[in-house]
Amino acid sequence: MPTFETIFRQYEWDDVKGKIYSKTTADVEVALRKSRRGTEDFMALISPAAAPFLERMAALSGQLTRQRFGKTIQLYAPVYLSNECQNICTYCGFSLNNPLRRKTLTGAEMLHEIEAVKNMGFGHVLLVTGEAWQTVGMDYFSRALPIFKQHFPQISIEVQPMEEEDYRALTPLGLHSVLVYQETYHEGDYKKHHPKGRKSNFAWRLETPDRLGRAGVHKIGLGVLIGLEDWRTDSFFTALHLDYLQRTYWQTRYSISFPRLRPFSGGLPPKSIMNDRELLQLICAYRLLSPDVELSLSTRESPRFRDHLVPLGVTTMSAGSRTNPGGYAVEPDSLEQFEISDERSPAAVAEMIRRQGYSPVWKDWDDFGH
Amino acid sequence: MDELIIAGQAFTSRLFIGTGKFGDTGIMERALLASGSQLVTVALRRVDAGHQPDNLMAHLRHPLFRLLPNTSGVRNAREAVYAAELAREALETNWLKLEIHPDPRYLLPDPVETLAATEALAAKGFIVLPYIHADPVLCKRLESAGAAAVMPLGAPIGSNKGLCTKDFLEIIIEQSNVPVVVDAGIGAPSHAAAAMEMGADAVLVNTAIAVAGNPVAMAEAFAAAVAAGRKAYLAGLPASSNSAHASSPVLAFLDDADDFNTHQ
Repeated sequence: MPTFETIFRQYEWDDVKGKIYSKTTADVEVALRKSRRGTEDFMALISPAAAPFLERMAALSGQLTRQRFGKTIQLYAPVYLSNECQNICTYCGFSLNNPLRRKTLTGAEMLHEIEAVKNMGFGHVLLVTGEAWQTVGMDYFSRALPIFKQHFPQISIEVQPMEEEDYRALTPLGLHSVLVYQETYHEGDYKKHHPKGRKSNFAWRLETPDRLGRAGVHKIGLGVLIGLEDWRTDSFFTALHLDYLQRTYWQTRYSISFPRLRPFSGGLPPKSIMNDRELLQLICAYRLLSPDVELSLSTRESPRFRDHLVPLGVTTMSAGSRTNPGGYAVEPDSLEQFEISDERSPAAVAEMIRRQGYSPVWKDWDDFGH
Repeated sequence: MDELIIAGQAFTSRLFIGTGKFGDTGIMERALLASGSQLVTVALRRVDAGHQPDNLMAHLRHPLFRLLPNTSGVRNAREAVYAAELAREALETNWLKLEIHPDPRYLLPDPVETLAATEALAAKGFIVLPYIHADPVLCKRLESAGAAAVMPLGAPIGSNKGLCTKDFLEIIIEQSNVPVVVDAGIGAPSHAAAAMEMGADAVLVNTAIAVAGNPVAMAEAFAAAVAAGRKAYLAGLPASSNSAHASSPVLAFLDDADDFNTHQ
């Protein structure tokens, strides 16, 4: 069965990086003039040569986003179900080798969290776990999804990569979308950052969106962890992946996130630093590449940055996030996966969105399939 | 009185408005009222039984508007039928804008599933207004299947490109026994006027009003354009031409005295 890996193997990291860094002002101008852009144009738009064009890129990005999505921002809340994990990820607070009390929510505890999250107004939750197959595998997800389904019309998950038939089985239970970040497309660095556990298998992770596409999951979320490797090169591979998936699984929706490494207890400092200006450049470049891809900005980012990004290209935001299992009601003080930066309540974030003439959207999905 | 009749219901406004994409539900309501529209679409997936301050429905329950729920988000006929039944329950109407677009990028309608769903829903008593390609044969098939009106697209949805499918819309309008509502792609009041001049029964506009700098003023502009286009159509538009015409240059020889009958 053809997968993205076949395309991926046709590219060499260093060649791609060299091409991006040798893009010129003329390449950027060509990309900006087009009405439809491809991955080659994307290279120019994320290159250092595009930096002086940021004002124009942002204006175009905002306009394309309003045309496609209107003046709306969709809101969601992450709900951490478990911090148990058998992987070592050098950048993650829940890594196997980090000494912390492990916690997996029971059904009763889920209901407490659900009540708290529902009271804040959310209709869309993102369920998050580590990778612990014995305790948090298909059985657990098959029990958790129907519980959440009774309260939320839209459920996304960010959990370990699974088999195609697992995704197929979870969809009728209420699964709408799956986020699976490659972390980095640099295979050598990927192995350094994921030395132990199933996650160390680069190709298995790389192929996950293909399994999701074949299983007919409604939406697939892609991204890299910005800071592990050169962000421009990693983002090119993300765009290449998106381009392949859109052609292959044309009935699926896609979203992109751009998490920047945040400090956590015991973590390595980022290898590549991306400043706010560069993150905005990347977001605009994605919008110019794909007017219809959803672009999501989490509470990792500062309130000031998030406020300014509302009219410039993003479509989706989390708000009031807790990144620890039980963080909303059961155990609000347990260790978080990473420090969030925007600590405002969902109501305050919604008010900020309204002040900018945008409409916060709490519900944008119904499961019509079942 | 020039009324549009769909399924026995009379409308004096021929401007239908979609309610997605507005940045402010209060402004949306004012724009709808300013437009004089009597039929407004609402995406069922956005309808929330909860009580958020942004609740769409609080601004849409109005005696002037007939609500037309749409099935945006469904991917096939089976899901469309399910959504229609949910919509009938949630919004207490059997009117339905049938949208089946399995392609989430361009939101292009699936003709095969749309035809199947129209048949099934009409049989269940729904007033079905299907959103479809500007395909004259498909429109006739939908009419036979029980569609109360057809809603062919002018251009890809949200594109503001106008009547790209003009030649096919003309055929559809010429052949249709049910009202033709041009939907999708209408990006400026002039596009709406052109569709009405062509003989469309109504137009549906969303993006062009919702994301305008001043949605209320833009809604008024569309209302005026639709009324003008309709009036022009009823008045009988003279055909246009790119060149001047001499009164009868081709047949002038017939006036010659040198007629067959003069040759004896």
